[in-house]
Amino acid sequence: MALYVLDLAQNSVVAGARNIVIDIAADVKADELLIRITDDGKGMGPDLLEKVMDPFFTSRKERRFGLGIPFFKDLVEQCGGTLTIESKEGEGTTIEGRLKLSSVDLIPLGDMGSTIVSLLVSNPELNLTYRFSFDDYSFTFDAVQIREVLQGVSITEPSVLNWIKEYVNQGSIEILPNINTSRKEGAKKDYEAG
Amino acid sequence: MKQVKTLEDLQKIREEALRKVNIRSDRAGTRITVGMATCGIAAGARPVMMAILDELEKRNVSGVTVVETGCIGLCKFEPIVEVYVPGHEKVTYIKMDPDKARQVVVEHVINGHPIREWTLESAELE
Repeated sequence: MALYVLDLAQNSVVAGARNIVIDIAADVKADELLIRITDDGKGMGPDLLEKVMDPFFTSRKERRFGLGIPFFKDLVEQCGGTLTIESKEGEGTTIEGRLKLSSVDLIPLGDMGSTIVSLLVSNPELNLTYRFSFDDYSFTFDAVQIREVLQGVSITEPSVLNWIKEYVNQGSIEILPNINTSRKEGAKKDYEAG
Repeated sequence: MKQVKTLEDLQKIREEALRKVNIRSDRAGTRITVGMATCGIAAGARPVMMAILDELEKRNVSGVTVVETGCIGLCKFEPIVEVYVPGHEKVTYIKMDPDKARQVVVEHVINGHPIREWTLESAELE
């Protein structure tokens, strides 16, 4: 899942976003996994918005297809969910998938730490917020807060990026139902201790 | 047991990084670029980038910038890593994996010897 998130958030970066918020929220009672990426990039007009689900469309010049959003749409639909995209030219875009948490086709959350690092490595000034919640547990990573601690040191320093990777992974819990229980308790303890 | 990461650890990392800034680096200006569009991500670019960052940290290398880039139109060769060392021609490595990436850091970035058989140039000659 983390690779899908990276691919979608890269679109935000390409669209010139300065602020990106990634929300991942699992709600067992509602049997829902929400994945939402919000940005303040250049956004899309109605014409472009109509075409983004088409894998043989891209606004880029290097190749003739764009697979990021169609791949994510396929995953969401396989997991019995719905995908919505809201966008306004000059204001930004929100892409949101709501998947069934109980779906047998649901894939693991994966390495969110590496996804966050990959986004920051070339965009050290990016205001990137990652919010993760699983029922009553929640974790937030805020690049602005990290930069405040780092005064005088770049967020792209390899030792800092490696710390971010582990910090984010420690705060995120596996979402697959069969393996979440013990990790959830462990992560909760770690986060509270930290 | 895995050590818990806290903001206090980050503070220590900051102090160490500030100390290193004052040591002159003969690798200043070296740039490693990893292709990270859909094609790169699908081919495994993210673990490649993480391996590079890890190796740079492990070997205490300073002055090297790691950045990512979009698709350069060579999707079948992904993951692609470019190494630019000031005063030398840019070297484009193709079909990288985390192990190869670590070796590039050691042999090319640190020791100054590009690994020719993994480059785009050598694939084009074949």
